[in-house]
Parts: sequence; structure tokens; C-alpha cells
Amino acid sequence: MAHKAALMPLACFAVLAGVFAMALLREHNPAILPSALIGKPAPALELPAALKGSKGLTPEALTGGITAVNIFASWCVTCVGEQPTLMQMKKDGVTVLGIAYKDSRENIALWLQKHGNPFSAVGLDEKGRAAIDWGVYGVPETYFIDAEGIVRHKHIGALSMQDYTAKLKPLLEEMRK
Amino acid sequence: MTRAQQRLSFILLVLACLGLAAGISLYALRGNVSYYYTPTEIHKMRARKDKRVDAGAELRVGGMVRKGSYTTSGTGHYFAVTDFKADVRVEYTGILPDLFREGQGVVAHGSFDDRKIFYATSLVAKHDEKYTPPEMKKTFSKEYYQGYDAMERAAEEAERAGQP
Amino acid sequence: MIIELGHFALVFALLLSLAMAAVPLFGAHRERESWMRLAKPAAISISGLVTISFFSLIHAYALSDFSVRMVVENSHTMKPVIYKIAAVWGNHEGSMLLWALILALWTTRLVRQKEIPLPLQARALGVAGLLQAGFLSFILFASSPFQRLEPPAKEGLDLNPVLQDVLLAIHPPVLYMGYVGFSIAFCLAAAALIEKKADSNWAGILRPYAMTAWIFLTCGIGLGSFWAYYELGWGGFWFWDPVENASLLPWLAGTALLHSVAVLEKRGSLRGWTVFLAILAFSLSLTGTFLVRSGVLTSVHAFASDPLRGVFILALLGAMTGGALLLYAFRAPYLKIAGGFRPVSRESALLLNNVFLFTVLATVFTGTVYPVILSALDLGTVTVGPPYYTLCLTPLLVPFALLMGAGPNLAWREAQLAPVLKKLILPFVAAAGLALLPGFLRSEFQPVATALIFAASYIGAATLQELFTKTNRFRHFRLPASFYGMVLAHLGFAVMLAGATASTAWKSEETLWMKPQQILAFADYDITLRGIQAGLGKNYDFDRAQLTVATEGLAVGTLAPEKRWYPGAQRATSETGLLRDGLGIVYATLGDADAKDPLRRVLRFYFHPFILLLPLGVTLIALGGAVALLRRKRGEHGA
Repeated sequence: MAHKAALMPLACFAVLAGVFAMALLREHNPAILPSALIGKPAPALELPAALKGSKGLTPEALTGGITAVNIFASWCVTCVGEQPTLMQMKKDGVTVLGIAYKDSRENIALWLQKHGNPFSAVGLDEKGRAAIDWGVYGVPETYFIDAEGIVRHKHIGALSMQDYTAKLKPLLEEMRK
Repeated sequence: MTRAQQRLSFILLVLACLGLAAGISLYALRGNVSYYYTPTEIHKMRARKDKRVDAGAELRVGGMVRKGSYTTSGTGHYFAVTDFKADVRVEYTGILPDLFREGQGVVAHGSFDDRKIFYATSLVAKHDEKYTPPEMKKTFSKEYYQGYDAMERAAEEAERAGQP
Repeated sequence: MIIELGHFALVFALLLSLAMAAVPLFGAHRERESWMRLAKPAAISISGLVTISFFSLIHAYALSDFSVRMVVENSHTMKPVIYKIAAVWGNHEGSMLLWALILALWTTRLVRQKEIPLPLQARALGVAGLLQAGFLSFILFASSPFQRLEPPAKEGLDLNPVLQDVLLAIHPPVLYMGYVGFSIAFCLAAAALIEKKADSNWAGILRPYAMTAWIFLTCGIGLGSFWAYYELGWGGFWFWDPVENASLLPWLAGTALLHSVAVLEKRGSLRGWTVFLAILAFSLSLTGTFLVRSGVLTSVHAFASDPLRGVFILALLGAMTGGALLLYAFRAPYLKIAGGFRPVSRESALLLNNVFLFTVLATVFTGTVYPVILSALDLGTVTVGPPYYTLCLTPLLVPFALLMGAGPNLAWREAQLAPVLKKLILPFVAAAGLALLPGFLRSEFQPVATALIFAASYIGAATLQELFTKTNRFRHFRLPASFYGMVLAHLGFAVMLAGATASTAWKSEETLWMKPQQILAFADYDITLRGIQAGLGKNYDFDRAQLTVATEGLAVGTLAPEKRWYPGAQRATSETGLLRDGLGIVYATLGDADAKDPLRRVLRFYFHPFILLLPLGVTLIALGGAVALLRRKRGEHGA
């Protein structure tokens, strides 16, 4: 009798730990946040140059071919993680444009020097106005725009290499057709 | 009564009390838990005529305060809570939490009236720049919130940097 | 460089703690004295290393070293120095290091314990080594505060004014002294199970550790509650929020443990219970940590969550608690019970007290964990509201109070019930009268409030009566410290319960528009809004309402609630206006202005009668614990 009673606490704890583990596992499913812009023309883009001696962003930049518009910031820690992917995209011939959100020119320059610069042009969105137009709610985000300037896809969060190879490369292939 | 009988009756008494306490506990639980739904879930449930979103049913709804939706009469506050797929109109009387802002997350506790307006008895605005309630994660993706929090911090920094 | 030193010190501490776990435990098993003696220098070295590590972090924050990621995320050059240092533990990573530091310090205290058999000490320190190894691994592999940021940031990111508060700054260290203090009880319990021996001597060693931890936890909970009251602006002091419950659960287990260990020390009984409660108290501290930091629970207080962290903490919890309970399952039967006791005796009263406390604990635990269970089974996202707790706990508190009044009157081993009951008629009647009085005065009957006031009054009256009797009508004062401790703590509980009930059941609330010179009649007061003053503080703009409060023509005082705007943090806060009147508090918060008439503002008022009994009660409880610690030598018998 005593022995059985002594096992009870352990049994209760085992059940509880199991419940906690199940609850933890359920935490891993982020909802997808669609953009209201998908299928519509990209908003007008007019931003001053973020890097001295280079171009800013103009509406023409979006209609020359397939572009990826990446919203980033030098103070954004997550953004560092996606730089290798963006560099790979540049190597694969994708035009990557950058919008530096609420940032300063010196910090941007330092940061791109340190982590690599995949951008053909970077615009500085100092007050965040452009971000509001694009429906940006977080940093980083990347928009994929086809040759006609229509927004085809929005990727929220850092672009991992897996995201690129598994999902976005096929999408870009499709967009080229 | 022998020692063993005493011990047995003691144990029985204890078990009886525990059983009573457990019974009260289960009964109390049923009446005092409130469920959380996203605006989209509420619209879906309303379409199915689900009782849980009937007028007067107590629940919680959460999402982002839609930018441009907030108006006030001083003690009365009116705004829309959105998960970017559906909206819920909310009315709240009282003093708003300090963290309440358009474009910020909020969880409202209360019930709907016949006109499908949600009367909130309490509001919880996002409490900390880094904290995301589990329900919010149900409503928005994680990366969204990480980025959003970072955005907020940058806003503060930029404003400060902009000051002389 | 200093940060790397701190990092290295922690790695070294981890290695040492693994050694401290293995060697003394093995040494005790093989009765090798030299191996057992290794525990002491190991423990002291670990303390030194963790201290170095912690100070390296303080150094980084104090100097605003923005090449350290944690400093960037949690600090700012404009913060006053004390808050820079408090920011060390105001986040998950730093607070875990604080946890490890406090564990190391408590372990060192165990090292210096006198009159403890070496094998017991070695085993307890060995288990402490296991605990420390677990926490240090967690910190080093999943929550490192030592990460660098390349390139270093120009400025920190956190200037949150809400966090720049003295109470909030000292709240975590005080709480952790409590949570982690119970770890020593846990270690001693595990050691007792390994030795298959938990006797009166062991109880005497354990008691001061449990008592000290419990005192700190009492203060920590009180501080947190007080902060919530004046800071959050909702007029409440306890919300049955999961994070609050996370601190209450170990406290309940600790209270039960203190009562149980007293029986074990004095009479040698309740061995299995005491060992179990010692394991339970610390396990609940760990479980609370898990619930709060893993993201499975909704709470306004919870830290930023990370499921990976949650997995690690759950693994720690599983290993430590699971391990201890496994040990308990196999070894508990060996803890033979010495002296017996009859159904009516002090021992059985204390055993019944344990059962009650455990039931309260189980109820609060159920309410806290129910949302987690539902979410795990995908049955929805819920919160459990405060009415659940009121509904479940009120019926428990009344019989509990009756027991609390009777218990100290019963003799050890075998007692006569009839004379005790006769003696308690007076407090019973007095309490009943006091409980029913408000109903008549207010011409409204509140059953819950009446029941709780009865419970509080009864406990107070019975305790005072006991003091009166034992001191022979206040003539003879040479009584054991533990008796006075009990009197203070039980009185404190009664006072606290009375304050909590009165201020909640009899509170007044009003929200309205007011213009200058307008007078509001509110809860026997006349509150006049003199005007709204706008101004500049140190790093904020404020709007301040000047209110005067009077009753029947006599001035009582002023209230000055504010709304502040911190441009640096882009953050608005409200400062409540508080005015003490006797034992009650008049409470005011300032709301929005009328867009068309800026002098017209929304104001919310609360009146909380007798609310000061709450901090008074909590202080008495903590004081009671401290007094009980003042014993001249171990084994001294209580009354």
C-alpha cells in the first residue's frame, strides 16, 4: 500500500510533463499573413539614395524585369541572417532592390560593408512612409515583383536558403515565363 | 477503533474532502473560462450560427487595432480589431491602457450585442515590446511579431535621434 | 574581453559542478571521506566563478558596453545607473544567471553548515551540483547572455519607463532567493531518500533553509502585489494571473513544508510528507519558471517566450523533479514512522493542515494549468477568470480557519477535544459578530465577504486568545521563539485576509468627465478637481490633475494623478494618485482630455477601505518567520 502511494506523485508528474510537452509542440505553427497587394501593381516607389554616390529608387526600377524588393534595416538583427540568401539571389541574376527602413546612411553603409551588398540600388525610407504604402508590418520582408510591376508574392521574415531554393526559385522561374 | 481503522477513516475523510474540492473545482472551471477567437474565426462561427458568438456570450477577441479606425467620445472608445482577413468592431468604456495604440495588438474581453458590436469589459494591450501572447501568435505569424517589435524599437530610436 | 572572462568562468563552473555532483555522491556511497570532503571546495569555487560571471555582466551594463547584445536589447545610456544594473536581471538570460548565482550562494551556505553528518552534507551538495550543472548548461547552451553584437550598436534599445522602478528592480532577486532557497530543501530531501533516513536531526537542519526561503518568497510576492497595485492603474493587487500563481504555488508548498518539518523535528512523524513537500516546493518553483518562460501561457507578465527555451526548461524539470519523485517512489517506504499519534492531537491537526494547504495548492494549480492542457489537446485557447479561484477557495478557507484556531491549542500525541472547543466558543462568537456586522451597517449581505471576514476574525481572535493563555495573561513571556513566530504569522494571515476581503468587497469605483472646480461626491468623500497642470519632468512631459479630497468639510489630502509622455521611449504611462485615509486608500487615474475642451478630463476613482491591512499582514507573516528563526539551539521545542 505504501509503495503504491509513493508512486502516485511520479505518475501525476509524468502525465503533467507529457501535457506540457504537447503544449510546447503546438507553439510551432505560425499563421500565414497574406498581403492585400498580391496580384495588384506595386505601389509607387520614390526614395532617395541610401548610399552616397549611388541611385535611389524610382518607379522605373520595378518594371525593368523581375525584381525582389527587400525591406531591411541595419538595426534589424534578423536581417543579418538573410544576407547570404540575397547574395545568392543576386548571383542567380535576380535584381534585388533594398528599402532601408527608418535607418541612417552611415549605419547602412557600415552594415552593407560588413555583411555584403546584394542590392542594385538602396532607397532610404527614413520616416517609414513607403513602408506604410507597401503594407509592411515587419522587418525584414521581401516582395517579388514581375516584369509588369505586379506584386506576385510577399515573404515575411528572413529569407532562409531553404525558403529560396524550395519555394521562391520555382516561383521566380514561373514569373520569367 | 484500532490504529489501522483510525488511519483508514482518516484517509477516507481526506479523500472525501479532496473529492468535494475537486468537484467544486471542475464546476467552477466550466463557468469561468473564457475562450479566445480571432476575428476570422468569429465570422466563420457567426456564419455557422455558432452559439458561442451569440449576443451576451462571454469571450475574448484579439488582433491589431486597425489604423484609422479609432474614435473616442472621452469615456467611450470605438475601434476595429483586425487579423487582416476580417474585422470586429469594439466598443469600450473607461480609460484605455497606456499601451493601446492603432497598429498595436490588443485582446478584448467581453461579449457581442445584437448589432454585432463587441462590448469590451477589459482590454489588454501588448504589454512589452518583446512579449507576444500565445493567442497573438495564433493570429499572426511569429516573424511578423519579431519584425514588428523591432520596428517599434526603431521608431523610438529614430525619433530620439531626430531630436536636437 | 571581460564578458569573455565571464563566459569562461561559467564554463569552468559547469565542469566543476559536474565534478561536485559525481565525486561526493560516489564518495558517500563508498564511504570515502576524502571524496566527500571535495564537495566543499568545489562549491566555494563554483560560487566564486558564477559571481565573476555575474559581475562581468554588471560591468558591461554599467559601462553601457553596446558590443554585448543583451546590453543593447535591455539598456540605454540615458538610464540611471541603478536601473542599468537592474536591467541585468530584467530579461530572461540575465535572470537565469541571477538564478545560478543565488543557487551557488545558497550552496555555499550549506557548505558552512555546522553539526551535519558528512555523508548527508556530501549527498546534498552532490544533488546541488546536479542542479547547478543543469542550470549552467541551460544558460550556456540556450540562454547565453554573453553574445556579442557585430558591429557594436551606437545606442541601446530599451528605455522603457515602466521598468525604471525600484520595486520592480528588487522584485526578482527577492523572489529568486525564495525559489532557489527551496532547492536546498530539495537537495536535503533527495539526500535523505538516498540514505533512507529522514530523522529529527535532518529536520532540524532543513528547517532554517526552508524558513528563510519562505520569508523571502513571502516578501517577493508582497512586493509584486504592491507594485501591481500602484503601477497598473486597475486598482487591483492580485489577478490570479498565471505568473502570480507561479509564485504562490511554491509558497503554499513551502508553508505546508514548514508545518510538516516542525512536526518531524519535534515528534519524528510525518517523514514521508516532509520529504515529499520539500521536493514539491522546489519542483513548483521550476514548473513556474517553465510556465512563464516557455510561451505556453497567456499572461501580462510573461517574459518573451521561445519554445526552444521551453523545451530545455521542461527537460530540466523532468530530470530534476522526475528524478526526485522516482527516488521517492522507491525509497519513501524505508522512512519508518517513529512515534504515533491519536486522531485528536497536534500532529493530526498539522497533518490536516497539510491536506488543506495541498488542496488549495491543487486548486490554484488546476486553474493555472487548465489553459495549457486545453491548448495541448487543441481544445481552444482559454483563460481562467478570477471567479474560479474565489468560488473554489472560499469554502476551503472557512474550515481551514477553524483548524488554524484549534490546532495550536491541541497537545502533542494525544489531546482532549472538548476543553479546546469550549475555549474556542469565545473567539467563534466574536468572529461571527464581526463578520455579520458589516452586513447590517451596509444593509447588504455579501456571503463570500462575510465568510472570509469570519475566517480572518476567528483566526485573529483564537491566536490572541492563545497568546493570552500561554503568557498567563501577559505576565510570563519566556516562551520559545517559535511560539511567537506562530502568533505573528497567524495574526498576519488573519490581518491580510481581512484587508484583502474588505478592500475588494467594499470598494467604490467611479469613472467620469470632470472640469476644474467640479466636485464629485464619492464614497463619503468630496473630491474637487482644482485644475490640470501641464509640465516637464526629467525626461517626460506630463499632465497632472490636482484634486483635493475632503470629508464632511474636513480636508483629508490631495491626489495628483498624471499622464506622462516619454519622448525618448515613445511611450505613455500613467501615474496613479494615491491618498491614504486611515487604513484605506483613495486611488485616482487620469484619462484622456476632451478634444474640444482640454481642461475637461476623464478621471477614474477607486476607494479601497482597509487595504493597508494587506501589506501590514504580509509584513507580520514575514516577521513571524524571522522570529521563529531566532532559536538558541536546534531541537528547542515549540509550545
